Amino acid sequence: MAKSQVAMTVNGTTVEALVEPRTLLIHFLREELRLTGPHIGCETSHCGACTVDLNGKSVKSCTMFAVQANGADIRTIEGMANPDGTLHALQEGFREMHGLQCGFCTPGMVTRAYRLLQENNNPSEEEIRFGIAGNLCRCTGYQNIVKAIQYAAAKLNGVPFQEAAE
Amino acid sequence: MNDMTPTAAERAAKLEGLGCKRKRVEDIRFVQGKGNYVDDLKLPGMLYGDLVRSPHGHARITRLDTTKAAAVPGVVAVLTADVLKTVNLAWMPTLAGDVQMVLADGKVLFQNQEVAFVVAESREAAADAVELVEVEYEPLPVNVDPLKAMAPNAPVIREDIKDKTDGAHGKRKHYNHVFSWQAGDKAAADAAFEKADVKIREFIVYPRVHPCPLETCQCVASFDKIEGELTLWGTFQAPHVIRTVGSLISKIPEHKIHVIAPDIGGGFGNKVGAYSGYICAIVASIVTGRPVKWTEDRIENLSTTAFARDFHMDVEIACTKDGKVTGLRCYTIADHGAFDACANATKWPAGLFSIISGSYDFPAAYCLVDGVYTNKAPGGVAYRCSFRVTEAAYCIERAMDIMAQKLGMDPAEFRMKNLIRREQFPYTSAFGWQYDSGDYQTALKKAMEATNYTKLRDEQKAKREAFKRGETRELMGIGVAFFTEIVGAGPSRACDILGIAMFDSAEIRIHPTGSGICRLGTKSQGQGHETTYAQIIATELGLPADNITVEEGNTDTAPYGLGTYGSRSTPVSGAATAMACRKIKAKAQMIAAYMLEVHDDDLEWDVDRFRVKGNPERSKTMTELAWAAYHEVPPGMEPGLEAINYYDPPNFTFPYGAYICVVDIDVDTGMAKVRRFFALDDCGTRINPMIIEGQIHGGLTEAFGIAMGQEIHYDPDGNVTTASFMDYFLPTAVETPHWETDWTEVPSPHHPIGAKGVGESPNVGGVPCFSNAVNDAFSFLGSTHIQMPHDHWRVWTAAENLGLHQ
Repeated sequence: MAKSQVAMTVNGTTVEALVEPRTLLIHFLREELRLTGPHIGCETSHCGACTVDLNGKSVKSCTMFAVQANGADIRTIEGMANPDGTLHALQEGFREMHGLQCGFCTPGMVTRAYRLLQENNNPSEEEIRFGIAGNLCRCTGYQNIVKAIQYAAAKLNGVPFQEAAE
Repeated sequence: MNDMTPTAAERAAKLEGLGCKRKRVEDIRFVQGKGNYVDDLKLPGMLYGDLVRSPHGHARITRLDTTKAAAVPGVVAVLTADVLKTVNLAWMPTLAGDVQMVLADGKVLFQNQEVAFVVAESREAAADAVELVEVEYEPLPVNVDPLKAMAPNAPVIREDIKDKTDGAHGKRKHYNHVFSWQAGDKAAADAAFEKADVKIREFIVYPRVHPCPLETCQCVASFDKIEGELTLWGTFQAPHVIRTVGSLISKIPEHKIHVIAPDIGGGFGNKVGAYSGYICAIVASIVTGRPVKWTEDRIENLSTTAFARDFHMDVEIACTKDGKVTGLRCYTIADHGAFDACANATKWPAGLFSIISGSYDFPAAYCLVDGVYTNKAPGGVAYRCSFRVTEAAYCIERAMDIMAQKLGMDPAEFRMKNLIRREQFPYTSAFGWQYDSGDYQTALKKAMEATNYTKLRDEQKAKREAFKRGETRELMGIGVAFFTEIVGAGPSRACDILGIAMFDSAEIRIHPTGSGICRLGTKSQGQGHETTYAQIIATELGLPADNITVEEGNTDTAPYGLGTYGSRSTPVSGAATAMACRKIKAKAQMIAAYMLEVHDDDLEWDVDRFRVKGNPERSKTMTELAWAAYHEVPPGMEPGLEAINYYDPPNFTFPYGAYICVVDIDVDTGMAKVRRFFALDDCGTRINPMIIEGQIHGGLTEAFGIAMGQEIHYDPDGNVTTASFMDYFLPTAVETPHWETDWTEVPSPHHPIGAKGVGESPNVGGVPCFSNAVNDAFSFLGSTHIQMPHDHWRVWTAAENLGLHQ
């Protein structure tokens, strides 16, 4: 199959490659660029394990072709840490609040939460739950993921995090 | 002692041992996308496998032609049953003593059954070729109804054993019969029913569901032709079992098989079994001499690898008129699909279903289970439960509600009256199980107080009156469930898989500088083993948990074990860890005595050191003793500081809990909204309360999914209609309720640290609690039982059948 030239910025680095037009973005990221943080859970856009940030939007990379991402600016979980190498407030929050168990949904969940906080820097619990409804988790029951995002929001806003009373 | 000397409590806190909400070790890599899952593996020269699957539920294969597929550029090999026959692998043994087709041999027995395996240079080329494998089918009559499986004219599912009258578990009474299994005392139970004042009988279905971890099943097989060695990376909850089974069926010597289970993206039982894809990848690697990767997609996962439940239970309770239970009977038809591939201990074809007398003091009980073949996928794994415990707990908890309703008693009051009392422990049930410990009344009382139960009932009463007056279209349901689990399989006298006793293991090596490594036969799939096992060691040996590496999943380095499922890691490997620590500690004590020039008996343990009795200033810390073990051991003592323990538990453990739930149901839309869910669990000694709470949250969410919407459904033609996330309900953050948790702590008397296991409790107790709440909402209208799942349509239908829409 004839290949197409693509160029995109991934985690701040420009990449160029020849891909089959039918190559999915998630396969390109995972297998060509070896960014194995985003995962494949359903290949039908339901589970969100493959979520990446693309041109300022959360995108499920399992249902998008790599050629459609030509010229795009992409951030994956691998590009989430702070420039000095310390963990992003979300990454820290997920660990502090026990917002993950098997870790399979985590990269997509953190990446989605990153965009959510860009859009709304102080979301309510209801807004968080709605905002991550496109990302499935089978382990945590979401409650601690909500807390993790609240923790990160507080940290990014420079205010103390207060856990809601049970 | 000056003021700067840390107190014993401060030293203990620094260890992050038992009871500490220690942050998880594994999170560091997971939050950075640096986990190592099977699909992350990419070996040089690796090929990709993909399966051709049957569109039919039951059909004879009249023609199978792989010519066009083999001609697709990039295709390296196409395997069929005929190819597999040349290496005697067209069929494989199952964990349950049956055999199963690896690739369809002559006919297909369920939709999406594996028919051919294409191996290609890329996953795209493999997918192209799958489309070009030509298969012609002659459809056969289909049966997906287990209640019709043993009818005289039912379609023959298994032609290979049609005339066999003996199965793996005794006599077969029909060509679609798998086994009969019974427990308890039938005569005693029958006598109780003859004398009973009050009886109830209900047909309760626990539908077929699927564990559905977010990561599907997958593997990479790499056969080294020069050395004759096979390395197999895979999503295996039980890596050693895979190695042994792999050796037995492939004839590759066991020491030449290296099984590696890296990080696993959730298991919940789905990843216990051995599946066709694994065998095909292994054979393909042997044939091609190159590594072969096989990954399921979601549809394949939901429709072929494992299912859970599919139990159809006819249950009866006998009772005195003042509400004391006297007898229990249950007859169950278990749908095993086309092959009996249940993941159960060998002697237990219906698992530990005889825990069905639950938390109650039944003087007499009897159960009988018939397993049958149908045109559905094989599997029969425990979906976050210990071997059919969930089915049993659901059945008894629903039945107890139905009896309370008949007696006109409050369901909580009825339970309180019949719960096994604290002074009865250790308690031997009518089925012969010895419950280790518990204080059930206290747990239920605490849950009722926390939820203000009496007030909830008052509110419900007022709402029901308002509903009758036509002032509201909303019904309120209160669900009560009290469950007892039986986990930690298991004692070797009772449990084995293919003859291997279900012990488990821990091997601990302390290094000279006082850090160490612990390797185990279990395998975490998200439970946080790397964090919690180190906490046991921290407390036992007085070394900081941060100094201990925990390693699982590599059969070359880990001691033999049966893996992680059935909440068995803490009860079995957790115990092995403590016991191995105690061997190390005993040796350290001898070294300390030698160094301090006292007798062993003159030493006492103090958090992280041995000190001389009556002279606490003279002591040796475990870190000092670790150095000494490699430096100045007593004359005649072997140097080094390590130990291994294979733990054969003396009994199962019996975690329990009291759950209360409130739902509000709109009778016109069928929407059931969970207003409140309170879960009190007792899992014995608590190792890491943060992780325990996380397990409870996750298990409750799975229970919510099962009770309120999950079902693997087949139409009468054998089409599985719920094989994608469009049709199979997984709760999102929006519909998942808020969870309230609490605990009591009654340790297990026979476990070295008193821990009982917790991972599966919330699923076992959660499902009946939700279902009881929905049923309770309608009970005042005379409804006794509405089948799960309680999705909007079914709840609406229940309201319609009760005439509420006129």
